[in-house]
Amino acid sequence: MTDTAASPSVSTSAVSTSAGRGVADTVTNAIATPEKEQPYGALGLKDDEYASIREILGRRPTSGELAMYSVMWSEHCSYKSSKNYLRQFGQKVTPAMKKNLMVGMGENAGVLDVGEGWAVTFKIESHNHPSYIEPFQGAATGVGGIVRDIISMGARPVAVMDALRFGAIDDPDTARVVHGVVSGISFYGNCLGLPNIGGETVFDSVYQANPLVNALSVGVLRHEDLHLANATGAGNKVVLFGARTGGDGIGGASILASDTFSEGGPTKRPAVQVGDPFAEKVLIECCLELYREKLVEGIQDLGAAGISCATSELASNGDGGMFIELEKVLLRDPSLTAEEILMSESQERMMAVVAPEKLEGFLAVTAKWDVETSVLGEVTDTGRLIIDWHGEEIVNVDPRTVAVDGPVYDRPVTYPTWIDALQADSASALPRPTDADTLRLQFLTLLGSPNLADPSWITDQYDRYVMGNTALSTPDDGGMIRVDEESGLGFAIATDANGRYCQLDPYRGAQLALAEAYRNVAATGAVPAGVSDCLNFGSPENPEVMWQFGQTVEGLSDGCLELEIPVTGGNVSFYNQTGDVPIHPTPVIAVLGVIDNVAKRVPSGWQDDGHNIYLLGITREELDGSAWAGVIHDHLGGRPPSVDLGREKALAGLLHAASQEALIDSAHDLSEGGLAQALAEAVLRFGVGARVWLGDIVERDGIDTSVALFSESTGRVIVTVPREDDVKFRGLCEGRDYPVLRIGVTDATAPGIEVQDQFTVTLDELAARHRSTLPAAFAN
Amino acid sequence: MRIGVVTFPGSLDDRDAQRAIRIAGAEPVALWHGDHDLHGVDALVLPGGFSYGDYLRCGAIASLSPIMTEVIDAANKGMPVLGICNGFQMLAEAHLVDGGLIRNDSGTFICRDQRLRVESTSTAWTGGFSTGQEITIPLKNGEGGFIASAETLARLEGEGQVVFRYLDVNPNGSLNDIAGVSNARGNVVGLMPHPEHAVEPGFGPDTPAAMRSGIDGLTFFASVIERSLVGA
Repeated sequence: MTDTAASPSVSTSAVSTSAGRGVADTVTNAIATPEKEQPYGALGLKDDEYASIREILGRRPTSGELAMYSVMWSEHCSYKSSKNYLRQFGQKVTPAMKKNLMVGMGENAGVLDVGEGWAVTFKIESHNHPSYIEPFQGAATGVGGIVRDIISMGARPVAVMDALRFGAIDDPDTARVVHGVVSGISFYGNCLGLPNIGGETVFDSVYQANPLVNALSVGVLRHEDLHLANATGAGNKVVLFGARTGGDGIGGASILASDTFSEGGPTKRPAVQVGDPFAEKVLIECCLELYREKLVEGIQDLGAAGISCATSELASNGDGGMFIELEKVLLRDPSLTAEEILMSESQERMMAVVAPEKLEGFLAVTAKWDVETSVLGEVTDTGRLIIDWHGEEIVNVDPRTVAVDGPVYDRPVTYPTWIDALQADSASALPRPTDADTLRLQFLTLLGSPNLADPSWITDQYDRYVMGNTALSTPDDGGMIRVDEESGLGFAIATDANGRYCQLDPYRGAQLALAEAYRNVAATGAVPAGVSDCLNFGSPENPEVMWQFGQTVEGLSDGCLELEIPVTGGNVSFYNQTGDVPIHPTPVIAVLGVIDNVAKRVPSGWQDDGHNIYLLGITREELDGSAWAGVIHDHLGGRPPSVDLGREKALAGLLHAASQEALIDSAHDLSEGGLAQALAEAVLRFGVGARVWLGDIVERDGIDTSVALFSESTGRVIVTVPREDDVKFRGLCEGRDYPVLRIGVTDATAPGIEVQDQFTVTLDELAARHRSTLPAAFAN
Repeated sequence: MRIGVVTFPGSLDDRDAQRAIRIAGAEPVALWHGDHDLHGVDALVLPGGFSYGDYLRCGAIASLSPIMTEVIDAANKGMPVLGICNGFQMLAEAHLVDGGLIRNDSGTFICRDQRLRVESTSTAWTGGFSTGQEITIPLKNGEGGFIASAETLARLEGEGQVVFRYLDVNPNGSLNDIAGVSNARGNVVGLMPHPEHAVEPGFGPDTPAAMRSGIDGLTFFASVIERSLVGA
């Protein structure tokens, strides 16, 4: 792998040197010098990929074409290892799943009809590798990139959230990454004025040298404002606007995102982009005004692979032809070569297609916002993407060969040698507490463990109020935003993934993540409507990783089919490993739901005294892969909890009916840490205590007290019900045949949580355990 | 009553301020930083955000925007002006209020439901409160630490120009727990917390009564409306 380990600055200078000082390699030159050696290896292309480029073109590529193909055919941009699998999402669909899907996979972001003429677009995307090298800028530009995807659909971005995975909390390097990533998200997201309404934070040594930063954004639009990024209409102008193009992020797509970090390799810092959220905020407002005034046909954001990607994708999705004069690109650094301009990943740039008669109006709007603009060329009907550099042709390609018809690999797949032994090592053999003191101690140990502790030290650095439409946010089960100020129409969204489950069984692990996100959204009172996923894996060149990947996609697509909610888009991130140790498979699943009026929303904790606490669902002895096994016994083995998506669907229906009739005033999903964690969080949400008894669960489900507290069985939620609605609520559960058990009562006079015949923990002690872990690790 | 809200490049809470004004019963008027025109408004809000990306110093570049000539002139003639967060920073940079704002002592941005004590009800924006009233308003900023020279601080305290003080927690290291101040005349008020985010039940800070039900911010806007009615 020495070729791909070469530093990007070396790689690009290799290209420019081959072109000669300041004079680019032209098409004519390429025809004249067919045997010229080209540094395709340093740009991440394999021998056979280079050979097929030569075959497509019928000659050697120019250095500019080579730059374009290399970034666009990288794993990050081409999905060459995952494409064959991802097709399942398009195949496993029912008419019900298509009903509200306005735009599906393959566009910048999927779009769902949420009713009343409104649509919602959302997507989650990875920015993992940049965030390890340069955590602050890596995470910041991750937010910036996903927000530009949302704008390019014609939507106003209205929320962000982040799913984060860091190394062990006590590793000396973790604080560097956490501080950088959190302040980067805070810096960029806050400055954009987008409320951050949820997300997850997980610490695990498997992410030590490979943190995961998955950024999600949601936008809203009226149906008629939907735009697709394509270049149609010969003669329409192609306009680049926003920040100037600089030397940052060159080769980022091919070299950073598609290569495993090797120890002792040269630093890759120059290939990380640098973000300017102020420029992006201005760009958002500018784009929204351009849409509002109907001055653009379409807008494509510039992300990975910069101008190479934007021109080839716009042309491929449209009439197929485009002519660009590359020297018209406004530069931050005038010494950039044509190849570097094609590859630059400078942030806060957009490319628009504008009808000639609207160009004047377009330029007036960009001038109003002080956004620099240059007309680069126009749409043609030639079927060729032609790029000139000072009057000489340096690119002449069929854009589809760059953007669409890249290589596709059927990577070798092997059933992992270690997985049978891992699955045989069940947590059922671990000693379980039998006395009240040990139960109490383990309850508190879990509550303060890094992945179950209060993440406020992180989430308090994000603005959750801006825009004034936040109906729910962390720590509630899902974030919720009002879409329509008159009717109260809104959406809820939650992300989930449990890498430990996925390591034990990736098929089931993917469905568990889906089920949990689905349940979280249902717990807020919303109806789940669509999915976006960010699939984080090790190297696709490792056949065991490809087995995990295949299992995950199958589990997820089967799960979505059963729940009848479509996958609207997402992202695959491979090469998440250091050396040859891959991360746990980590499919982060975002589920978005719709609520007819956010006034009916349900929080995750109780505020009122004397309400009954009910547990919905059955508890089994399911401790394999649990937080209890991990935290108390440092154990990972066995089979993760079973999933019954039919039951999840029934539970979601029940929760929706109960929230519509205002029968419940809180609902909290049971997942990591089980009932113990859910009860503690529900008490801490508003500081109202509770008295709880476990005897009925133990008796009905045939389990012991520790299992009742710590099992992670699915399909379970705790809800509180005002006494006057008790009969109605029980009737609702019986009518829908969902198991329900009264397990306690809220009690404002209780000192905190009182588990009958077992133990009591005061509110102060709960709060101290829950809230001190992250500040102790990271607050200076 | 017509209350103008100035949008600068990088303003974020401008639409929220407009909503708050509408909920309070006045007419919000969107003003653009590049114009030399206040469109005949009766009062002004400089909203929160990151004008000009907080480059140079928070509020420093915005305080030199074209419209600020008219804003400063109107403020000096007694027009009620409320600067929220970044708007407070602009007021300080434009010397319409004393003191300055520096990076939070925690070193991080902080978003929290903040309890405040109302120290002065003799300003244009606080007449509807009672002195010593305790209110809860969302706070969200990275550079909210209030500083002033010992002499200035003594004058602000002595002249009753400290309008709000942080309760329970001083979230950013502000001197004397100061969250907001006014000019000597009391028509110009600047504060770091965001009253426009505590005006609508369901979307404000939590209260003991119900989740997100806090509407203490409404009194800011109600006060200035009431004052204009009395004045008229």
